[in-house]
Amino acid sequence: MPPKSALALSRRALMIAAIALATGPSPVLAQTPVNGGTLTFALSPEPPFVLTSINTTLQMGMVGSKMMESLLKLDTELKPQPLLAQSWEISPDGKSYSFKLRPGVKWHDGKDFTSADVKFTVMEVLKKLHPRGRSAFAKVIDVETPDPLTAIIKLSDPAPPMLTALASSYESPMTPKHVFEGTDIAANPAVSKPIGTGPFMFKEWQKGSFILLEKNPNYWDAGKPHLDRIVFRIINDASARAAGLESGELQIGGLSPIPLTDMVRIEKNPALAIETRGYAYMSPFMLMEVNTRKPPLNDVRVRQAMAFAIDRDRMTKLVWMNYGKPAVSPIPSPVVTFHSTDVPKYDYDVEKAKKLLDEAGYKAGPDGKRFKITHDFIPLGSDYQRTGEFIKQQLGRVGIDVEIRSQDLPSFFRRVYTDYDFDTTSLYYGAFADPTQGVQRLFWSKSIQKGVVYTNPGDYRSEAMDKALEGAQSENDPVKRKALYLEMQRIAMTDLPIIPLMETRFITIASAKLKNHTLTADGIIGGNFADAWLEK
Amino acid sequence: MTLPLAQDLPLTQDKQPSPLPAARAAFNRLPFARDLRFVARRLLKALPLLLAVVLFNFCLLKLAPGDAAEVLAGESAAATPEYLAELRARFGLDQPVHVQLFHYVWKLAQFDLGYSFRHNMSVRELIMGRLPATLLLMASALTLAVTIGAMLGVLASNKVNSWRDTLISVFAMLSFATPVFWMGLMMIVLFSVNLGWLPSSGMETIASGRTGFSYILDVSRHMVMPVATLALFYVAVYTRVMRASMLEVFNQDYVTTARAKGLSENRITFRHVLRNALLPLVTLLGVQMGTMLGGSVLVETVFSWPGLGRLAFEAVFQRDINLLLGILLSCSFVVIAANILVDVAYTKLDPRIAMS
Repeated sequence: MPPKSALALSRRALMIAAIALATGPSPVLAQTPVNGGTLTFALSPEPPFVLTSINTTLQMGMVGSKMMESLLKLDTELKPQPLLAQSWEISPDGKSYSFKLRPGVKWHDGKDFTSADVKFTVMEVLKKLHPRGRSAFAKVIDVETPDPLTAIIKLSDPAPPMLTALASSYESPMTPKHVFEGTDIAANPAVSKPIGTGPFMFKEWQKGSFILLEKNPNYWDAGKPHLDRIVFRIINDASARAAGLESGELQIGGLSPIPLTDMVRIEKNPALAIETRGYAYMSPFMLMEVNTRKPPLNDVRVRQAMAFAIDRDRMTKLVWMNYGKPAVSPIPSPVVTFHSTDVPKYDYDVEKAKKLLDEAGYKAGPDGKRFKITHDFIPLGSDYQRTGEFIKQQLGRVGIDVEIRSQDLPSFFRRVYTDYDFDTTSLYYGAFADPTQGVQRLFWSKSIQKGVVYTNPGDYRSEAMDKALEGAQSENDPVKRKALYLEMQRIAMTDLPIIPLMETRFITIASAKLKNHTLTADGIIGGNFADAWLEK
Repeated sequence: MTLPLAQDLPLTQDKQPSPLPAARAAFNRLPFARDLRFVARRLLKALPLLLAVVLFNFCLLKLAPGDAAEVLAGESAAATPEYLAELRARFGLDQPVHVQLFHYVWKLAQFDLGYSFRHNMSVRELIMGRLPATLLLMASALTLAVTIGAMLGVLASNKVNSWRDTLISVFAMLSFATPVFWMGLMMIVLFSVNLGWLPSSGMETIASGRTGFSYILDVSRHMVMPVATLALFYVAVYTRVMRASMLEVFNQDYVTTARAKGLSENRITFRHVLRNALLPLVTLLGVQMGTMLGGSVLVETVFSWPGLGRLAFEAVFQRDINLLLGILLSCSFVVIAANILVDVAYTKLDPRIAMS
């Protein structure tokens, strides 16, 4: 009879073997990067140019961040880390930010990167031309440059969100002064052929086909990058992207590159790896905007009833294949510092919804219908259309008759943000790492700006809300600032001018051989890929 | 008596005294004088048509809600009123519509198609950049389709209602009824994903440094699937038209005469019937040549072929009016040119048709 211990031992051995199998090659092997190789990146749609300091299209960031870098970067926990700045110091009054720059950093054309470039970027580019920068850097009065490696940003009032804005190569890439100074920046040829400090250099752009970047042999971080080249292939058809990833012609695609219905197949493919981190910086978020200008939607009870009537868990599971998380408040959970769950909750409850509608005076007619509203979904693909259809079904159950309207993107923008000709919408927008960047514009009465996309189209005005938002803009004490945002979320979930639906989990699909592609909070959109490498 | 115009004169006109100076007479003696004159006159007639096309397209595009600045701002996921105002001023969208139209037409008169702010390039440059890819795809597909279609049509009509005819007709119906994008995707799944024989998209291997024969081979490999997909759709049409037209000509009296003369069936088919049956095919080819510049949006999208069709399609959603107008205008020009060419081809195929 075999001794019991031998059996136990062999079982343990099996378990170890199983663990080894499950974790793949030994960690030591996985840690040794291999140099060389071409990385083919799926890109769609093709950006008009690639300078994110004047236009923050995400696809532009994907390309630009490999060539141009920011002062800092945010790690996956949203904590700032050094990049072009080695260290930084914030004065106690929050009005002075001093950055020590990394020595020996050169632009791709051989010129030195200095504090003059920082000054130029902040004062002439980000503050004047960046779509979000005008507000993020509104308090900046000057950038002092006591020596080539020190830049001190001076503010009129504290502006804590500024550091987050500076910590992404997608959001705030340092822009070469000697190339752009004195020119019409948007018309400068360098917006399409960037000159940066990054690990890759611009080589060629064949419109409609590809953008080619080559390794920067003089990169400041010696020994990097590991890849020889990055090719961004413009592939607009989602099925073609799926085929390219499956056949191995493409090694990476981001921002959910293929329809969710195809994910079942992709998930089973051992040659492909799925990554959902790396989107915390943008914090993509599905929500329903409600036009509060006219009845019945100007009644808060109707909006609350709608929130009760939509089963967000089911929506996440059925429409979004679990690539999301049902939302409870307007600041999504990846923004850990400010996210709150201590808010009025609207768990799925049809009876409660009906009761609220009855109370509001909208009794069901003989056909079971109470009133009719329209719903415009953002036309970004089948997943968004299905979201609209789901909402129609759900609201129909409590007697709200929903008419879905579909249109192309420019028509959607014009209808919602200029003509205000809508009742409800469903769309995704970026909540961003700091609420001033993304969330504030939805609730602030001062962001009711006719004709400006992604503002407050529902005409929501609340003094309490404005006070919380404006207070948080310049509150230097992190504890007090957090308290203001917790308060802001409570107000938002009580008044419900927008109904948060789901925190979107964007998907990056990459070849299992590609390592270290997602290391920062802005993932493949703002990551410079200096550490990325391809297993042979 | 009014003097007859040159093109109304019979071909023997140079025996008559010329009413015009020697230069014109000399021109008329050139082998293609009549053709050239015909083409020039048709081109001149086309000018007002082109202007109408521009006006119509401009108004139509202006009716679409939203503009290029909003789209750009929307893609940036952020905007301020100043940002939008600046974009509009840059794009010239802050001007009244009639001023915009006037500027556009004025530039056109100077042979300038304008500037695409979306692509940061001149429209001419953009169109010329995409033209080779479009022409390569469309010309290859059409050539393949006409050749195979005509062949199949002849084969089917030769033994009408036989199993061969049925087989060809079934094939034609199937390939006509199959959606182009589905066909393309299935090919990709089979030949790229499963078998790994052909590249799934693009026109060439990027940055491969290939030249000469190896480059041609590379492009050919990339062409196989898009050309086959597109050709398959056209083959169906050409086969059907060719078959019907052949059958019609077979019923003509002169074919019966030829048979009575004892000519072989092959000689009748190829020498007497085929040439006359080609006319409807040429008509069809002319129509399709006109659409050539537009490319095929579906095939170009599925195979990421860098052609004009995709460029135009995307321009719609980006409200890139200058670019779209430029492409539409070029297309109109090609349609007109193709029509003229077809008319000239008619006279060559059938001498009874004269140019006037």
